[in-house]
Amino acid sequence: MVFLQIAAKDLRSELRTKESLNASLSFAVVILLLFSFAFDPSSEAVAEFSGGLLWLVFAFAGALILNRSFARELPNDCLEVLIASPVSGAQLFLGKTIASFVLLLIIEVICLPIFGIFYDITWLPQALPLLGIFALGTWGMTVLGTLFSALTVNLSLRELMLPMLLYPLMLPALMAAMRLTTILLAGNAIGGGDIVWLRLLIGFDIIFTALSLALVETILVR
Amino acid sequence: MPEPVLAVDHVYKYFGDYPALHDVSFSLNGGECLALIGRNGAGKTTMLKILAGLSGAAQGEVRLFGDSPRQASARRRIGLLGHGIGVYDELTAIENLTIFAQLYGVSATVARHWLERTQLAHVANAPVREFSRGMRQRLAVARAFLHDPALLILDEPFTALDDRAIALLQGLLAEAKAAGRTIIMSTHQLREAMELATHVALIERGKLVHFGERTPEMLADPTYVYRTFGAA
Repeated sequence: MVFLQIAAKDLRSELRTKESLNASLSFAVVILLLFSFAFDPSSEAVAEFSGGLLWLVFAFAGALILNRSFARELPNDCLEVLIASPVSGAQLFLGKTIASFVLLLIIEVICLPIFGIFYDITWLPQALPLLGIFALGTWGMTVLGTLFSALTVNLSLRELMLPMLLYPLMLPALMAAMRLTTILLAGNAIGGGDIVWLRLLIGFDIIFTALSLALVETILVR
Repeated sequence: MPEPVLAVDHVYKYFGDYPALHDVSFSLNGGECLALIGRNGAGKTTMLKILAGLSGAAQGEVRLFGDSPRQASARRRIGLLGHGIGVYDELTAIENLTIFAQLYGVSATVARHWLERTQLAHVANAPVREFSRGMRQRLAVARAFLHDPALLILDEPFTALDDRAIALLQGLLAEAKAAGRTIIMSTHQLREAMELATHVALIERGKLVHFGERTPEMLADPTYVYRTFGAA
């Protein structure tokens, strides 16, 4: 379970410095606040795009967390020492993905009540299924984001490159998560024809997790 | 005949069209210590990165203990001390060593032993960012030796070390050599390197222009290798 030790190390480092956590959380809250001024929170239209709005915020805030995933290893050449250790690329990747997943989920759980207040949306009765969709969507985002974080870690423009690579590729997962979140925030259950979105989200997570685990070793050792 | 600890066989490496390493071959056995010398940009660090499994060779083969450097079994037996210290500033000294002990599958109690050996036990619970440069370097040495590696790969290990860290590292390297460990180090500190080395390799513009046992002439005059085998 070396990947859990890597995840614990990353979480401990981040909770001590709070570098990406603070930046990501403040960014998410500011976007939520600004959008609440742009739209009339009482209008029915808000319910229709609530899921989309929430996931846009998560995607923007997520990029700040994901950028730090491998960049955290750059000071003191820690990445070299990790790659030279017996830890496989897949274990290193999995540990880093889990750490980013936990951090992003913390941001999302904090943002949800704030979103509810700003946009006058009742989310509490759907809290559990919402958390499930958040977990599935966030896993897809962190898997892909961590892979691109490894790919761009040595680039000077990595802060720009990561979102440019990440957002287009995660569109299927993002669309599914947006749709499912909107259904739940409207107070409905996921069923009937909407199941296809849930399948898409789960399929995306499985495919990109497998693909990333297979590719990461080649990315790390050039 | 036993398999060498480290075997480099006709290795090439290119950065774009630039040949960083050109047909490099040599091997080392247990208890041997190689001083890899050469000017800046000659290819020493590239060679060491390939040996440590951080980079792949374009052609040729590298084998550590009979395996590819990317095999976990080979990496478990390597101790790497590169340009960076390879420890986390935001974690404490003991946390740093405990993490690496876990990654190498050795007991966490070894971490405390190495803090004592490097005279850092009194700051075990202090974050590394509060350490002086010398203390950080000693922690890096502890990290590299933590799992009792059979092969030590050291990239300019004496550069920027304070007197105390140099003495500590020299002592540990001499001890490792006596215990049959294999050492390969790139360095510009010729005198320190020659005292320890059993073999010397000179690399120039990616080519290995000399590889052989260290002779008494090299020990008496460390520039002898450059003058005798190097380009003018």
